[in-house]
Amino acid sequence: MNTLDSGAKNTLIEMRSIVKNYTGVVALDDVDFSVSEGEAVCLVGENGSGKSTLIKILAGVEQASAGQISIGGKNFDTLTPRIAAAAGVMVIFQDFSLFPNLSVAENIAFSTQLSEERRLFNKGRVRQIAKETLIRVGVDIDLDARVETLPVAHKQLVGICRALASNARLIIMDEPTTALTEREVSSLLEIIRRLKSDGVAVIFVSHKLAEVLEVSEKVVILRNGKKVAEGPASDFDAASLTRNMTGRDVAEGRPNPVDPEAPILLSAKNLGKAGAFEDVSFDLHKGEVLGISGLLGSGRTSLAKALFGLVKADRGTLDLDGEVVDLGNPLAAAAAGIGYVPEDRLTEGLFLTQSIVRNVAIGRLDNHQRGGLLDLNGLWQEATHWIGELKVKTPSVEAPVNSLSGGNQQRVVLARWLSRAPKVLILNGPSVGVDVGSKSEIHNIISELSSSGIGIIVISDDLPELLATCQSILVMKSGRVTDKIFGSDISETDLAQRLAS
Amino acid sequence: MSNLKPKSNLLASPEARLALIAIVVFVVMSILSPGRFLSVANATSMAFQFPEFAILALAMTVTMLTGGIDLSVVGTSNLSAVFAATLLTQFVDPSLTGGDMFMWLGIAVVAAICVGMLAGLFNGILVAIFGLPPILATLGSGLVFTGLAVALTGGSAVMGFPVGVAWLGNERLFGIPIPLILFVILALIISFVLTRTSFGFKIRMYGANPLAAEFAALDIDKLLIKVYVLSGALSAIAGLLIMSRANSAKADYGSSYLLLAVLIAVLGGVNPYGGYGKIIGVVLAVLSMQFLSSGLNMLQVSNFARELIWGVLLIFVMIVNTQKSFGFGAKKKSSATT
Repeated sequence: MNTLDSGAKNTLIEMRSIVKNYTGVVALDDVDFSVSEGEAVCLVGENGSGKSTLIKILAGVEQASAGQISIGGKNFDTLTPRIAAAAGVMVIFQDFSLFPNLSVAENIAFSTQLSEERRLFNKGRVRQIAKETLIRVGVDIDLDARVETLPVAHKQLVGICRALASNARLIIMDEPTTALTEREVSSLLEIIRRLKSDGVAVIFVSHKLAEVLEVSEKVVILRNGKKVAEGPASDFDAASLTRNMTGRDVAEGRPNPVDPEAPILLSAKNLGKAGAFEDVSFDLHKGEVLGISGLLGSGRTSLAKALFGLVKADRGTLDLDGEVVDLGNPLAAAAAGIGYVPEDRLTEGLFLTQSIVRNVAIGRLDNHQRGGLLDLNGLWQEATHWIGELKVKTPSVEAPVNSLSGGNQQRVVLARWLSRAPKVLILNGPSVGVDVGSKSEIHNIISELSSSGIGIIVISDDLPELLATCQSILVMKSGRVTDKIFGSDISETDLAQRLAS
Repeated sequence: MSNLKPKSNLLASPEARLALIAIVVFVVMSILSPGRFLSVANATSMAFQFPEFAILALAMTVTMLTGGIDLSVVGTSNLSAVFAATLLTQFVDPSLTGGDMFMWLGIAVVAAICVGMLAGLFNGILVAIFGLPPILATLGSGLVFTGLAVALTGGSAVMGFPVGVAWLGNERLFGIPIPLILFVILALIISFVLTRTSFGFKIRMYGANPLAAEFAALDIDKLLIKVYVLSGALSAIAGLLIMSRANSAKADYGSSYLLLAVLIAVLGGVNPYGGYGKIIGVVLAVLSMQFLSSGLNMLQVSNFARELIWGVLLIFVMIVNTQKSFGFGAKKKSSATT
């Protein structure tokens, strides 16, 4: 039945024996990939598995080293972004690639206006295109609202509408559900169903995809540049996805309970900042791992930054070891012994073009000064020691940090803070963009650090991660702490409901 | 393919490419005007000429390493020189010699450098505290400094100094022109500061990623202010050198030096987006520019054509560096893919 069904539909995309070599590295090794009209496909793999490369080749951004590509039955020797777009392949990136300063209507009609090569900008036509597309998708968004003022879910819809407005036959969505609430995910799925019945095919690219399995027909799993599994979506669940992605079972236990005698390390009282968070109080004990969770926009990131002084809280106090920490001053926070590992490693955490050792050493400059001179030997030795301690995998500590994988990059940021012997570490999204294998290693690091007496705050929306690392979890909703949960007495489903309800 | 590889590696660093450029320019100029370019007299005259703009290029380099720029270097150097000159003409009898003269010269030098540092402090505050883009902040402040210098002098040249003023720019020590010695010392100091002090380390890291520097709890405001103060002090020294060579100070001396200083820094491999640059590169760039400029002079190319050549060279070098995806090419790429 199933085979008959998919046989009846025309093949839209056919990629055969795709090979992609980067200097010395095989990113894709003989991968076949096909999508039929109106079909939804999950393309799954860890970071570095080659899924992004495959998508880039399909979108014409990168050229395959070998292999054939046909779209709608037509063979293409070379694909460029323009050719791919003209053939109906549209990619919606994680950041949605919208123009924040333009209105919803302008964003939706932008590509259409470009491809029609009109010289004049026709406002009426723009609105008409935008309106038609929104009706087609079945949502209602104010056409004149500026995109930067929209919530994340709506931005994503605008991205989808833009793709549709330029006659997309295949929409590729990169990490589509990371920023959405439960309700938003289900309305997204509804829209995907509509698109499919219109004959539009969809590819989901992600490393956590359990949510979209129900609307998908097919799952393709890549690992180390090879296709390791392919089959109907109904054959897969979260566990088998993970097993196929990593090649092993990653079962994580629960953290050890905190010593009830442990003294209070960090104490926040009534912290508040207008428009971001209100009335936040908590105690962090020595050796405790405290989770702070909430959806995007719940104020969790502002709170995390406020604890490190990057955002100045208007009200409240923060005490570390009984001493008041100056609010709104990262230097004071760092001097008091608070470390902060930011959410966006690439832009906030690392000096990408600089060497690994420099990235670590930057944290300890002040301790290696002798009369204004830098004791380079001592500094390098200490930094190298920490790089080794955290098992950063690299041939040379002098290699630029952007040559490392996500997991190893995260270790570099951790090494920088650990070398300062912090009392409290704030980890914002410790395993974002880190593959499943390194993730559990980072979780091990967290538990080792906490048992050495460091107080750790983990800010995350990754529920299995919170449950695997935190003894207690604060749930935030529109700037307030609505719930405090003790990790040991809750299941993942319960936690998900408390977050997204 | 494989036999091409070592060649491209050899020229992978901007400094290596630059050394090649310096040699090529030198050889070409030696061939085009053999008798005059390759003479001791020409070498000496070049050694007196280039240090003033080379020191401005050092100032430019320090700010560019943070991803900023200091367009007020020439304004600062003129303001400092005019201030020192006014001090000397107001309080000192031009016929003064001996100990008193040296004391007054010392006072004038210290005063000029203080003025330069104050100008740098002003820039630093605009950039660090008010968060203005350095290119605009220093464009504006440069005009302010020039304006102050005009106000101080009425726009005319200030002259009539004691004889000792001319020493710095025109004399030799052990046969070596003093401006050259001054430049070498300053280049060594700056190179040392950049590579061996925590200040230099922070400059580089801040330039590589200002946001990460903030998240790593660096004292960014203090860092930027120090950078612009250093740039101001270097500009003031260049101003004193110009004043000594011209034996006068004026609000609009050295107006072509701004473009030249930017050009030398970029030619020297300093990444205008910050984070990469070596003083040795700047020194090589200075040499290429001086060979070129002095050679063109001998070929009787007009000043306007010279500026045109500089402009073309600046654009050309930026394109070459971008194509090599060294430093700023990489930055461009990453923003395109996200």
